[in-house]
Amino acid sequence: MKRLVILGAGTAGTMLANRLASMPEMDDWRITVVDATREHYYQPGFLLLPFGVYSKDDVVRPKRYYLPAGAELIFAEVDHIRPDQKSVVLMDGRNVAYDVLVIATGSHIHPEETPGLMEHEWHKSIHTFYDFEGAVALAKALRQFKEGRLVLNVAEMPIKCPVAPLEFVFLADWYFTHRGLRDRIEIVYATPLPGAFTKPKATEMLGNMLAERGIQVVPEFNVMEVDPDARILRSYDEQEIEYDVLVSIPVHMGAEAIARSEMGDELNFVPTDRHTLLAKHYDDIFVLGDATDLPASKAGSVAHFEVDAFMENFRRYLDGLELLPLFDGHSNCFIETGYGKGVLIDFNYDVEPLPGMFPLPGIGPMPLLTESRVNHWGKLLFHWMYWNVLLKGRELPIPAQMSMAGKRL
Amino acid sequence: MTTKTLAELNVALDAEGFLVNPDDWTPEIAEALAREEGIDLTDRHWEVINFVRKYYEEHGEPPTLRAITKRSGVPTKELYQLFPKGPAKKVARIAGLGKPKGCI
Ligand SMILES: Cc1cc2nc3c(=O)[nH]c(=O)nc-3n(C[C@H](O)[C@H](O)[C@H](O)COP(=O)(O)OP(=O)(O)OC[C@H]3O[C@@H](n4cnc5c(N)ncnc54)[C@H](O)[C@@H]3O)c2cc1C
Repeated sequence: MKRLVILGAGTAGTMLANRLASMPEMDDWRITVVDATREHYYQPGFLLLPFGVYSKDDVVRPKRYYLPAGAELIFAEVDHIRPDQKSVVLMDGRNVAYDVLVIATGSHIHPEETPGLMEHEWHKSIHTFYDFEGAVALAKALRQFKEGRLVLNVAEMPIKCPVAPLEFVFLADWYFTHRGLRDRIEIVYATPLPGAFTKPKATEMLGNMLAERGIQVVPEFNVMEVDPDARILRSYDEQEIEYDVLVSIPVHMGAEAIARSEMGDELNFVPTDRHTLLAKHYDDIFVLGDATDLPASKAGSVAHFEVDAFMENFRRYLDGLELLPLFDGHSNCFIETGYGKGVLIDFNYDVEPLPGMFPLPGIGPMPLLTESRVNHWGKLLFHWMYWNVLLKGRELPIPAQMSMAGKRL
Repeated sequence: MTTKTLAELNVALDAEGFLVNPDDWTPEIAEALAREEGIDLTDRHWEVINFVRKYYEEHGEPPTLRAITKRSGVPTKELYQLFPKGPAKKVARIAGLGKPKGCI
């Protein structure tokens, strides 16, 4: 029997295991999934937890429930990969041999990379919503915050879900307005990017929305350190921003196991072919989800489109055919903007988010790059779809490759 | 994409001011591009520029800020002094290369 090993049972690994398990060509393969932890977190829910929208049960479920019965499941941390021996060494000393390896170990926050961030004020006046504990601590801090300056800072790109920081400030504006405190609370968004987002048309549109809501943007701010006692953020070029509550999106890195395997770049992301998703320099290792170094968003939607492209190519791989350049960097995101509304954007490596209508079969056209109520329902629907459709590997009504249908140039 | 030229040396630049053809690059062009940014190139600047060009030869793309600080030994803080506001982008431009990725 041949062996396919998936490292990481997060969004990408779980989706992939389910898709492979129902593929007839895989009958004579053994599928093994390795993960260090037993809980699956619905990470998009971390954005809404601080505002009291979700509870713990909405965002945490056992990984096992979502993995196929036919796959072997190993709960252990990967120590490192030995590509020369086609095997993976686990922390407990075990070896797992593979014929094909899929790396889906995701990306994780590293607040310790920024001096001052994770010291005595961590989870007190300095917060993050990029992990579960952080989102819970922040919910309490926001409930108690009555006046002062709330600063959201992105430490360094890339981060998961590059629209989440924007959503956070939009939701904060709505949350404090709703509680009658908005005129006593300043909201500041400090980012290393030259504007609100990474792509020009969306930056202009979102920039206008921030201005309308009285949210101050500080662009090109590259944080060097935080002074947790004076409550000041300091940049490399000596700008300072004072805060009362700091919400940080810390530096992101790929798994340590990638560094131990000497397979990653400076941030432990694995150099990956943009279109076939093969790890560069290897012909039996694929990389999916946040673990890649691709110039595409680190998002669940991207992981989904990557799995689609992988599945089609893997059939060719099994038949010994050349892989096709099937992945185009497709990303599709809902942006929560508060007040029960949202914005939908859809883009890829080459086409930036454009205005127009997005044709969603079965649900109807959704306006692109325009604020609307329909889009907000799209995001809430996504929570249900994530657990019940996406993770289980069922088809979504959105094609893997981006379509220009409905977009206005 | 619109192009302009660096007046003194007659070399094509793209809309964001990067060399259209990295092979056109010469040290004189680096001096001229740096002047446009208000930077007078010192030996320390050249150390970074040479590192970035070597990295490009090996990797086919310019390094991110983190790659520069981790591998060239020039600390981040100093990089911001040498090439104020967005050093990775500025060095790449002065070194005649394209825009570094990392902004997605
Ligand atoms: C606040 C927030 C909001 C977001 N909002 C959205 C959104 O609205 N839309 C969207 O599409 N995406 C969103 N995302 C991004 C999305 O959650 C991620 O992009 C997605 O989960 C990535 O999937 P993955 O499988 O690559 O990584 P993960 O799902 O993170 O899984 C990685 C897995 O690898 C395991 N692992 C790591 N190292 C090891 C090791 N050494 N040994 C064993 N196992 C290991 C981990 O335990 C984990 O289970 C958001 C993320 C955050 C944080």
